[in-house]
Amino acid sequence: MALQTVWFFLWGLLWAVYFITDGFDLGTGALYLSLGRNEEEKRIILNSIGPLWDGNEVWLITAGGVTFAAFPIVYAVMFSSLYSALMLILFALIIRGVSLEFRNKIEDPRWKKAWDICFFIGSFAPALLFGVAFANIFMGIPINEEGVYQGTLFTLLNPYGLLGGLLFLLLFMMHGSLWLAIKTEGELHENAVRVLHGLWPVLLVVAVTFLVATKFFTGLYDNYIAHPILFVVVLFTVLALLGIKVYSTQKSYWKAWFSSAATIAGATFFGIIGLYPIMLPSSIDAGYSLTAYNSSSSPLTLTIMLVVAVIFLPVVIAYQAWTYNLFKGKVTEEDISHEEAY
Amino acid sequence: MDVLLLSRLQFAAATYFHFLFVPLTLGLSVLVAVMETKYVRTDDEIYLKMTKFWGRLFLINFAVGIVTGITLEFQFGTNWSRYSAYVGDIFGSLLAIEATAAFFLESTLIGVWIFGWRKLSKKAHAVVMWFIAGASSLSAVWILIANAWMQNPVGYTIRNARAELTDFSAVVFQKMAILEILHTLAAAYILSAFFVMGISAYHLLKKQNVDFFTKSFRLALIFGLIFSIFIIAEGHMHGVGVAEKQPAKLAAMECLWETSEGAPACLLAVPDEKGEKNLLEIGPMPKMLSILAYHDPGAEVKGLKDFPKDERPPVLITAFSFKAMVGLAFYFVLMTVIGWFKRNRLTESPLYLKLMLYSIPLPYLANELGWTLAEVGRQPWIVYGLMKTSDAVSPISASQVLVSFIAFILVYGALGAIGFYLIAKNAKKGPDSTAS
Repeated sequence: MALQTVWFFLWGLLWAVYFITDGFDLGTGALYLSLGRNEEEKRIILNSIGPLWDGNEVWLITAGGVTFAAFPIVYAVMFSSLYSALMLILFALIIRGVSLEFRNKIEDPRWKKAWDICFFIGSFAPALLFGVAFANIFMGIPINEEGVYQGTLFTLLNPYGLLGGLLFLLLFMMHGSLWLAIKTEGELHENAVRVLHGLWPVLLVVAVTFLVATKFFTGLYDNYIAHPILFVVVLFTVLALLGIKVYSTQKSYWKAWFSSAATIAGATFFGIIGLYPIMLPSSIDAGYSLTAYNSSSSPLTLTIMLVVAVIFLPVVIAYQAWTYNLFKGKVTEEDISHEEAY
Repeated sequence: MDVLLLSRLQFAAATYFHFLFVPLTLGLSVLVAVMETKYVRTDDEIYLKMTKFWGRLFLINFAVGIVTGITLEFQFGTNWSRYSAYVGDIFGSLLAIEATAAFFLESTLIGVWIFGWRKLSKKAHAVVMWFIAGASSLSAVWILIANAWMQNPVGYTIRNARAELTDFSAVVFQKMAILEILHTLAAAYILSAFFVMGISAYHLLKKQNVDFFTKSFRLALIFGLIFSIFIIAEGHMHGVGVAEKQPAKLAAMECLWETSEGAPACLLAVPDEKGEKNLLEIGPMPKMLSILAYHDPGAEVKGLKDFPKDERPPVLITAFSFKAMVGLAFYFVLMTVIGWFKRNRLTESPLYLKLMLYSIPLPYLANELGWTLAEVGRQPWIVYGLMKTSDAVSPISASQVLVSFIAFILVYGALGAIGFYLIAKNAKKGPDSTAS
């Protein structure tokens, strides 16, 4: 299998892992103001992601870094074309990060309220914007033969883009609500459960709409029609989505969370597989599209990076899994009574 | 204001800002790890208090350092897409390795250190901070290898209308990279030492928690003394490296206009860039530049006039940042040597303590001056001798960049102000409020 193809799917995998990990951080943050009805509940929510969010966020840095390393032309064209959207995402993530760290440093209600709002916006906005960005990547953006983007931020805010934004937001909120169901107890837990059951039908409708809309707005299904066995990915994703509901009804919230993770992974790979080998379609002319083959690094670089990835990624996953396990269990009143807690 | 100037200002602002926080992360992580290790070894509660007090300041600083770094990785793509496309085959992999090998480790473990006090043994918890210190330094290593490649591109060839990697180990192990790594880490450790010493001085002047802050001061003092002396020697070697690989930068650093054998240096020169001469030369030292740069009083040093006008860096900024940085470096040696002699009677040396308190910003300034020298001194090249900065910018609208630049100034400005305010507030409070 060609190096470029291996890297194409590895690239997709990194984005999937980012969405699975930081996805629940962002989703939790998007639900923060509604589920956190008082100071104690807010703090429990913050501490449920406290030990993990920073490590999760690095998957984004890695996905971006790998885009640069393996597909520098895609990195250059994609990031400069999606300039404003990306800047908004980055600033939102900055605000999300510092709000977690700064909130507990001063015991003042107005100070805390300000960071509450920042934490919410810093979670809600990236969730939405990632969806908008990826939907537009699936659909294709107006790049000319020199890879120069011919649109603006508003070009991205088209119906399919916004639908993608809504889908990602719902996927992450579902993921976050399941996370909170696992990590909290008492009334907060009950409310998280209520939210996740309320979200599910909405997510189902939006997901199906997105699947249908993808037929009309993108060329993603071409690969699936040419190789119908690939529809198994769609089936997998739908089953995972159903799994969320089934396991949640049984109150097996960890299984439901893994189903949610599988849904996110499935949705990501639905797009990635549909795109292959294109990475950034041009809506002006198919000949201007960036593919894994015309935009990749040299074979030497791809090989070195593959060795690095094969060595480090399993190690990273192992120690991150260790930290998830270290901090397993409910976040309790006792946990937040300690001085280092958020 | 065109897209090139705005992008340069934006990248500079983002980097200067990020580098206000990174050096302290690099050095204070080591100091806190030492304190926590002392606690594990001695079981003396004072070291636990020190770990928690300095650790609290570390965490506030760490948060701002982390978030402001994110934008930098993406800014190569957003604002310097032509650069990214041209050299990404080499440069991109270095950044990706930084993320996989280092960022993951430090960002994952910071959560463990913050929240894991009761979940890990004392020893394991201390080890975590050592890993954080190691991972931060490792990330510095990779980004500096990347910067060193911009200063002195090696291990590549031009193929397919771009730079392509031919020799990975040449890139990773080149002398310029080693020099930059040693220099930047030492500078970071000096900053961290002066941070701890300065804050300790504040409390010692008020005779508060004297034992606590004397211990803190002395730990930082050793650190600061070693690395202040080290950086003078290493800085010299770094200059020799620059002389070899970036002669235009060297000429600008010393405001040398005429190629000369036995070239002089001076303490300070004020250049007249249009007139291609110096308006003022203070403290001239004959043959000194040849001696410093080539260890040979008769060596020829190329002057600025031997470089085409459009291949010379901005002389005033390059020279001034160099001289100011070196001046500060000697000040740091002086202050740490004095501190060494006063280390057993700090509370009886209020003048010295006051100076150390007011000296806290100086290593910050020195670090930024160093980066100014490194990057402005490399101009007009984005990759020395290979690609000009003006050819590297993204083909995007200036208005977009103007908006993002203003956002950077506002958001980073607010973050910086809040971050430093919180650090100062917590520093002044002292350790008694962080009861374990």
